[in-house]
Amino acid sequence: MTVQTQDTQSRTAATRQAPAPRRRKPLATRAYKVFRVAALVAVVLFLIAPLIWMLLASFKTNVDIYDTAKSFVFTPTGENYANVLQRNNYFVFIFNSFWVAFVSTALSLVLGVPAAYAMSRFTMHRSALVVLMARVIPGVSLLVPWYYVFSNLKMVGGFEVLILSHMFVALPLIVYIMMSYFDSLPLELEESAQVDGLTPIGAFRRITLPLSVSGIATAGILSFIFSWNNFMFALVLSGSKTKTLPVAIFDFVSYASIDWGGLMAAATVVTIPIMIIALFTQKYIVSGLTAGATKG
Amino acid sequence: MSVLNTSRGDTTRGAGRSAARTPGPRENFSAWANRHRKWLFAAPAMIFVGVLIIFPLAWTLYLSLTDSQGSVRAASEFIGLENYVTVLSDVERFWPAVGRTLSFTGVALVCEVVLGMGIALLLWRPFRGEKWVRVAILLPLVATPVAVGMMWRLIFDPNIGFVNQLLGMIGIPPQPWLSGQDTALGTTIFMDIWQWTPMVVLILLAGLTSLSEEPDEAARMDGANAAQRFFFITLPLMMPTVIVAILLRGIDALKTFDILYATKGKGGGSFHEVETLNVYAYGLSFDYNQYGLSSAVLILFFMIIIGTMWLLTMRKKAVSK
Repeated sequence: MTVQTQDTQSRTAATRQAPAPRRRKPLATRAYKVFRVAALVAVVLFLIAPLIWMLLASFKTNVDIYDTAKSFVFTPTGENYANVLQRNNYFVFIFNSFWVAFVSTALSLVLGVPAAYAMSRFTMHRSALVVLMARVIPGVSLLVPWYYVFSNLKMVGGFEVLILSHMFVALPLIVYIMMSYFDSLPLELEESAQVDGLTPIGAFRRITLPLSVSGIATAGILSFIFSWNNFMFALVLSGSKTKTLPVAIFDFVSYASIDWGGLMAAATVVTIPIMIIALFTQKYIVSGLTAGATKG
Repeated sequence: MSVLNTSRGDTTRGAGRSAARTPGPRENFSAWANRHRKWLFAAPAMIFVGVLIIFPLAWTLYLSLTDSQGSVRAASEFIGLENYVTVLSDVERFWPAVGRTLSFTGVALVCEVVLGMGIALLLWRPFRGEKWVRVAILLPLVATPVAVGMMWRLIFDPNIGFVNQLLGMIGIPPQPWLSGQDTALGTTIFMDIWQWTPMVVLILLAGLTSLSEEPDEAARMDGANAAQRFFFITLPLMMPTVIVAILLRGIDALKTFDILYATKGKGGGSFHEVETLNVYAYGLSFDYNQYGLSSAVLILFFMIIIGTMWLLTMRKKAVSK
């Protein structure tokens, strides 16, 4: 314990001293600073510019999209959005996407969180591998048998089969994230709760679960996003009543000429909700995507 | 499931104090549930995934040995390894698809890891406006791939696209991009790099921030310059994280489907210019109903994925030591 404190003290001392040697070569430092700012601006532009282009095009008439002189200066119109939302019934697709993502995430959490807990506490690595296989396997190889079975059960085109297939994506993700979360949670709290008279399951419910809220939020948000973005399963398994947004966008271009303005409005409608969610839950998304990455 | 079990465990715990002398059936259930909580917790998820994987995988394996086509319900004959022979000797569709899958994955991965490492190093030390850069990094990552494909279709459009407009300003003639037979695959790789480099950045940044500063500091004291410190200190320490990033990204890159299908449609375009194994197998299954052949392609594809993963995991173990 004392060794550790000394260690951290020396480390903070080292970081505090760090600016000192830098002052000796101000020119190189200044050059690096300029380079760093320029590089960061380039990176941000590279990542953001295409999205801005999509957003701009969604407010242009198709005539303006074809006019290169009106790339940035044009009279914005809301017509594309009005068309997409009213004529193409996008509210239905938005609801479908939301409902499938929400239910499949909720059910996967109910199945996945206890499973991840058991796999973490009892180090069931082989069992975990079975669940994680679902992430590796190409989706197409499952779709033919699924389609056959579910169409025999008259389930294709219903919400149940879509939710099941999305759970298949969500569950491995949740198990993976929650396992690394439970691995990092100290055992002592559960043990002392059991000494105080809670059963092991009671300790899980009363102690571990409340401590895991942020981990569960991370897993839930990511699984919602993955389900919202999923294309291939919905392409095969959804029907006209259960079509989700990615499939709806894809159908947009199956006609001879592309209505670019409408297409960009539709693409914006799909991406905006998920981006807003991402902005508010940034911390969780980052921790979820990097879960288990820094373990040895 | 868990709520049910735990609440029962709890009620019996309350009852347990009075029932200590005469154990009732609920007490027995609680004791049983607690004793078997390992499998009680893990089994539902495992059964769910198992039923949805093992049965279809076994079926795919079976289909790959038959001449099933048209409808899965239609009578099919057992033809042994004939599909595999057909597929493996198919130099028109299968082998080019293998080549495209591997080059798509390889080029995308190399670019993403190099760029990702560069960006992660830029972000490593705190700076003003960090928050905004992080937001910019997150946005491509969460965007719906199909929508991203449509967005790039407009930007790379040969006639009205912004990219050719930009190139025109500096005097470069317009390129066909997605509609060119030779340029399409490269353009889709570019899209993959745009969308997934941020993921690599996040993983590598997590690795960088968990590094101890002492080795870097010691090398600085010894007069090592920034490049030396990176190549001889930081990079070797980061190798396990780099391999995790390659592993996670590689699995998804091999299976890329959404942006390819969204930008080039069935068969990966009229010349199959972006037809990877996943797109090929999807087309065989759902556009041409050649279930026997497509199953053979899928089994081979699956073996490629498993093989790549196994190699990387071995490499990671070697590096971690």
